[in-house]
Amino acid sequence: MNNIDALKELLYKMADDQLIIGHRNSEWNGLGPILEEDIAFSSMAQDKMGQSEHLYNLLNQLGEADADTVAFTRNAPQFHCSHLVELPIGGYDFSLIRHFLFDFAEYLRFEALKTSAYQPLAQVAKKFFGEVKYHTMHANTWVYQLGHGNEESNGKMQESLNFAWDYALGMFEPGPAEEMLINENIFIGEEALQAKWLEVVIPLLEKSNLVIPEKSSWAPIYGGRTGNHTAHLQPLLSEMTEVYSIDPSADW
Amino acid sequence: MNITPAFIRNELKQVKDPEIPTISIVDLGIVTGIEIGEHNTVHVTLTPTFAGCPALRMMEDMVKEHLGKIENLGEITVKTSFETTWTTDLISDEGHAAIKQHGLAPPMRNCAHISMEILEATSCPYCDSNDTKMKSPFGPTLCRSLHYCNNCKQAFEGFKPV
Repeated sequence: MNNIDALKELLYKMADDQLIIGHRNSEWNGLGPILEEDIAFSSMAQDKMGQSEHLYNLLNQLGEADADTVAFTRNAPQFHCSHLVELPIGGYDFSLIRHFLFDFAEYLRFEALKTSAYQPLAQVAKKFFGEVKYHTMHANTWVYQLGHGNEESNGKMQESLNFAWDYALGMFEPGPAEEMLINENIFIGEEALQAKWLEVVIPLLEKSNLVIPEKSSWAPIYGGRTGNHTAHLQPLLSEMTEVYSIDPSADW
Repeated sequence: MNITPAFIRNELKQVKDPEIPTISIVDLGIVTGIEIGEHNTVHVTLTPTFAGCPALRMMEDMVKEHLGKIENLGEITVKTSFETTWTTDLISDEGHAAIKQHGLAPPMRNCAHISMEILEATSCPYCDSNDTKMKSPFGPTLCRSLHYCNNCKQAFEGFKPV
């Protein structure tokens, strides 16, 4: 694998994570428990979709097809997203916990990429970092409030955290060229990112009255980065590409 | 006629943000480059406010359309680039006044280390009271947050500092 392929692999998994979580976030449009939350998830969906488009544009500059083609014409095995983002929205407790675990990882990923030796990526990372900061603030506010709410809200959040934890660890599935990306100062690597993430999320979750699953039981769920997905991804893609499939030239 | 970047910049003051029509794209701080080439060709560079902002392409078209009306200009090209990272600190003082005129709280300056506590202190654009409460960091557009003023009992929106 040469360094361009390594870079593409990195960009694809980031862009695909953004696109798929963006679609999942948009599913709360009209269904949020309160109006402000409906707006929040829809806004975050818009941010994620926008960010994914810019990452697909970087891939386009490296010789891949244009953003729409890449986003709308691939099947599930060609996607590089993690299983965490594919899972259905579930209850609001699960969506909030996923949002928390995912967005702190994104935040730290973009923070690290701000100094990437690959300038076009460093430039967009600076932009995305400022945006995702709001996503982490939103996530932490709600996780804290519901963690401290009452027995029922704490119980629901804990149950969702227990369920989501191994999927979240799966976000950090090592790529095929970690060392190359690290040596060329393009990216700090998944292992280092996961270590930073644990340092940030564990104290915040504990402050929210939630218990981190016992370390000896951690079993990261890998596979998404290499195209092995849950059964939930293909139906999502079919729904997302419905209009495009009917008329690829549709515009509005 | 000698076309200068300053002339073009001045012209672009007439191009307004489609979502906040009181502020020009120049005062918003998104015009990051103006180059004049041979035969008065004009190349304008814009930087996105938010990566997912749907107004971006519209603003590119508005720039082209406005400059297209000026006589003696050559080909006009508009490009979006992340080379200059947009932050709300790029909004001019005039821009702050325009945002307030539209009924939005202008963003606080120097907010590199933004937190929920900082956002809570947004002052009301109607009565200038600091006794306000943030309802949500997300509003009807990506650049806005939702607040409530305890003093004049008015809900208002703020331009989010980024």
